[in-house]
Amino acid sequence: MVAGSPIANPVTPLFEACGLECVRGDRLLFTELSFTLSPGTALQVQGPNGAGKTSLLRMLCGLSLPAEGVVRWRGKDIRKIRSEFFYDVAYVGHNHGVKGDLSPLENLAVARALGGSKGRISAGDALAVLGLEGYEDTPCRMLSAGQRRRVALARLLVVPARLWVLDEPYTALDRAGIGTVAALIAEHLANNGMAVLTSHQPIALGDSVVEHLSLEPHD
Amino acid sequence: MTDPPLLPAFVKLLKRDLLLAYRSRAEIANPLVFFVIIASLFPLGMSADPGTLQTIAPGVIWVSALLASLLSLDQLFRSDFEDGTLEQILLSPHSLSILVLAKVLAHWLVTGLPLLVLSPLLGVLLNLREGATGTLVLTLALGTPILSLIGAIGVALTVGLKRGGVLLSLLVLPLYIPVLIFAAHAVDAAGYGLPVTGHLLLLASLLVLAITLAPWATAAALRIGLD
Repeated sequence: MVAGSPIANPVTPLFEACGLECVRGDRLLFTELSFTLSPGTALQVQGPNGAGKTSLLRMLCGLSLPAEGVVRWRGKDIRKIRSEFFYDVAYVGHNHGVKGDLSPLENLAVARALGGSKGRISAGDALAVLGLEGYEDTPCRMLSAGQRRRVALARLLVVPARLWVLDEPYTALDRAGIGTVAALIAEHLANNGMAVLTSHQPIALGDSVVEHLSLEPHD
Repeated sequence: MTDPPLLPAFVKLLKRDLLLAYRSRAEIANPLVFFVIIASLFPLGMSADPGTLQTIAPGVIWVSALLASLLSLDQLFRSDFEDGTLEQILLSPHSLSILVLAKVLAHWLVTGLPLLVLSPLLGVLLNLREGATGTLVLTLALGTPILSLIGAIGVALTVGLKRGGVLLSLLVLPLYIPVLIFAAHAVDAAGYGLPVTGHLLLLASLLVLAITLAPWATAAALRIGLD
């Protein structure tokens, strides 16, 4: 484990978690959790319900503070370089972050403005990739759960984030949707992107390198 | 890395909130109706004597405005919190205080500004002294943004709680009191033809203070509230 300054270490990992500990209420969910992630790899977090998968993901993208330990991006504590880190991270959580009263296009336009700069493709194209042609202007509350999920995932394509943090990305998706999303993740990894995701289903990402992390219930 | 352009994000978020408000007009009208109802119940409950009404008018209108503002506060972050868009706002590389300011501005435009427009009407209803109407509108223009800005801190602190309503009033009301005192006194003084510049300048400086500090405090509170 690297304890010294990142300059002392010539190969600073791009994304690194160091000795993370999570306490919810008076329960210890995990402790001494460390890993590194290099470009082009995905990390699948596994574990039973309540093991702290979502809590871990929220820590990794800087939404919640770990009880102990640090998360580093390019060798720097993410709390110190918030703006720079948030520019590079995209998070799709349990709550879609999709406004029911706005159309998919409007939702993506807001996401793009908040994300800071243009992603690889336009909002319309992103919706087409996710199979939402013809629904661009339908209010999102009229869409099914799976379609809303697709809108949330389309957000990944309209921002230039390097690290995708996905909480159960396959929830509510049909078989074709799962295939599309898996292909998108694989393509993102092939472009030197990174992903951290939780899933109870096996994720088939082709030739991409997938590392596994198991969270076991702590007693 | 150069900072991403902040202005488009500010404008986009402001437009989004105004659009959302427009699409749920009925909910937005609620505090406004409440404002009119409280103020118009006073003549019925106390007395219809024009002199009595004239004495209490500044206070009644300002208390109604304050309660209406408190009632509308919860909408500020609630729906964004529930559907997860608040998380996305927190994860934006832009300065969170500026984004918060956009949300508060949108909130004030749909809940505070209509109070300003309606207040002369309530002034007539409550027999407000002639010459005080202008000051009433002016104090509301300076005061209601302060209420929104201070309220935002309280909402941000309680947004993660299931029933934050009572806590919110307890947190926010003491901070509203100075605004209420200076604004109502200014309207009162204007009715007697006394100078009100001092009151207005004090309100203006409170507004400047709130614009400077409240978004920053709200941003910090949101980061804690969503932990």
